[in-house]
Amino acid sequence: MVKVGVLALQGAVREHIQAIEACGAEAVIIKKNEQLEEIDGLVIPGGESTAIRRLIDKYNFMEGLKSFAQNGKPMFGTCAGLILLAKNLVGDDEPHIGVMDVTVERNSFGRQRESFEANLDIAGIADDFNAVFIRAPHIVQAGENVEVLAKHNERIVMAREGNLLGCSFHPELTDDYRITAYFINMIKESIV
Amino acid sequence: MTGALFYCLFSLGKKLIPIDLVDFLSKNDELRKKTKDRFLLQAKNSRRGDRNVKTGTDHVKRGMAEMQKGGVIMDVVNAEQARIAEEAGAVAVMALERVPSDIRAAGGVARMADPRIVEQVMNAVSIPVMAKARIGHIVEARVLEAMGVDYIDESEVLTPADEEFHLNKRDYTVPFVCGCRDLGEAARRIGEGASMLRTKGEPGTGNIVEAVRHIRKVNAQVRKLVHMSEDEVMTEAKLLGAPYELLLEIKRLGRLPVVNFAAGGVATPADAALMMELGADGVFVGSGIFKSENPAKFARAIVEATTHYQDYKLIAELSKELGTPMKGIEISALAPEARMQERGW
Repeated sequence: MVKVGVLALQGAVREHIQAIEACGAEAVIIKKNEQLEEIDGLVIPGGESTAIRRLIDKYNFMEGLKSFAQNGKPMFGTCAGLILLAKNLVGDDEPHIGVMDVTVERNSFGRQRESFEANLDIAGIADDFNAVFIRAPHIVQAGENVEVLAKHNERIVMAREGNLLGCSFHPELTDDYRITAYFINMIKESIV
Repeated sequence: MTGALFYCLFSLGKKLIPIDLVDFLSKNDELRKKTKDRFLLQAKNSRRGDRNVKTGTDHVKRGMAEMQKGGVIMDVVNAEQARIAEEAGAVAVMALERVPSDIRAAGGVARMADPRIVEQVMNAVSIPVMAKARIGHIVEARVLEAMGVDYIDESEVLTPADEEFHLNKRDYTVPFVCGCRDLGEAARRIGEGASMLRTKGEPGTGNIVEAVRHIRKVNAQVRKLVHMSEDEVMTEAKLLGAPYELLLEIKRLGRLPVVNFAAGGVATPADAALMMELGADGVFVGSGIFKSENPAKFARAIVEATTHYQDYKLIAELSKELGTPMKGIEISALAPEARMQERGW
């Protein structure tokens, strides 16, 4: 059984754990850097990216996370997680983990009042995915090796680059586990 | 004379709007409202260019609070404090005119903050901004919603505007957080549409005892409900004054359907960790941070203690030389009318 970690510094950890377990994989709560060695893939959940980043620095997670991605282990970032994975951020000079070749703009759909849910057509995953966007970012620009998986109103909201998967909405907030299952499949393929 | 005037106005009206539409709309108020709503909705959708977009749903409102879990929400009174809070790793800030301990000291009626303060805080940080409206004050809540505040706290820290009715929070696009002391109060607030809860504690005292009482009470009552036979739930609903269907949902989920933070008296990193230990999803810190000697250091320590609430060596390190925390008040020294937790029902 594959072991999927959820970075548990802050944010919607419980929901991702539930989704992973519902897909028949083992879920591991990751609070310390050394735990990264035990797992086959990592989910970076939604939360507040500035708060998560501060805790990543404080507990010296940064190098561990970078080499996790460089070693080809799959990572999946939702919302804040996508911001943390991106190589470029609109309005910021420095990225966070900076491994996925996308440019991301934070809070790009507006404040909480403008947060919304909408049905999405996601390439190879679903044509009716109920996606919940909360003060969501979006991908302004995707590098040439990035496969765009979903758009909402012409904005890229989900993409994959090799073993890196990112989306600007929160699949963990609904009972639809198809995206988690897709990620677990990515992990299985990476092991073979 | 009056009749002639009416006739003139009516003729004028006929020139501007076809008579049948005037007639139709004025005769049918109900339909007029529906037509207006539909026009508004269409305008909203065409602005977004998408008919399948829904705002203000439970998923969106409750989900926002889910993203705050494991974090600290800090009271701030200006842009500079907001930046210190964000820098320290706060997941949101609560924009206020005065922190609770100062509200306590000042006395008189405490109201919604000056919108200018809220605006300055919103411009200063990229994390979500919350603000407080008085219990039952429909217009303060609408004003904060119109300003684009991310979350409204219908709060007992302010002087209640309505002693009988809380806000109908389902009516708003912006989500609400409300205080509670037990499961009955929690369920009533969720019933009214609150998307997040916080146990009340006793705000502005720097004394954790009431916060402990409330989080223990709510969680003990949830546990009792979960293990109860379904035959007993209606009587429990009657005793708690809680909506029956909601109790069934809590029983099925094994927990509250919304996030529950702890608030009201957190003054040290150990206090914050204690709240997490007792099952809070996160912590509100009001007066504790900016009433301490070194707010930036204090704020960072509270954030880390909340994340790693079971790492006691770390909490020991964090707690070293933090300077004097806020002085604090013994609860029994408070006059009954000074107890903010008694506000609301």
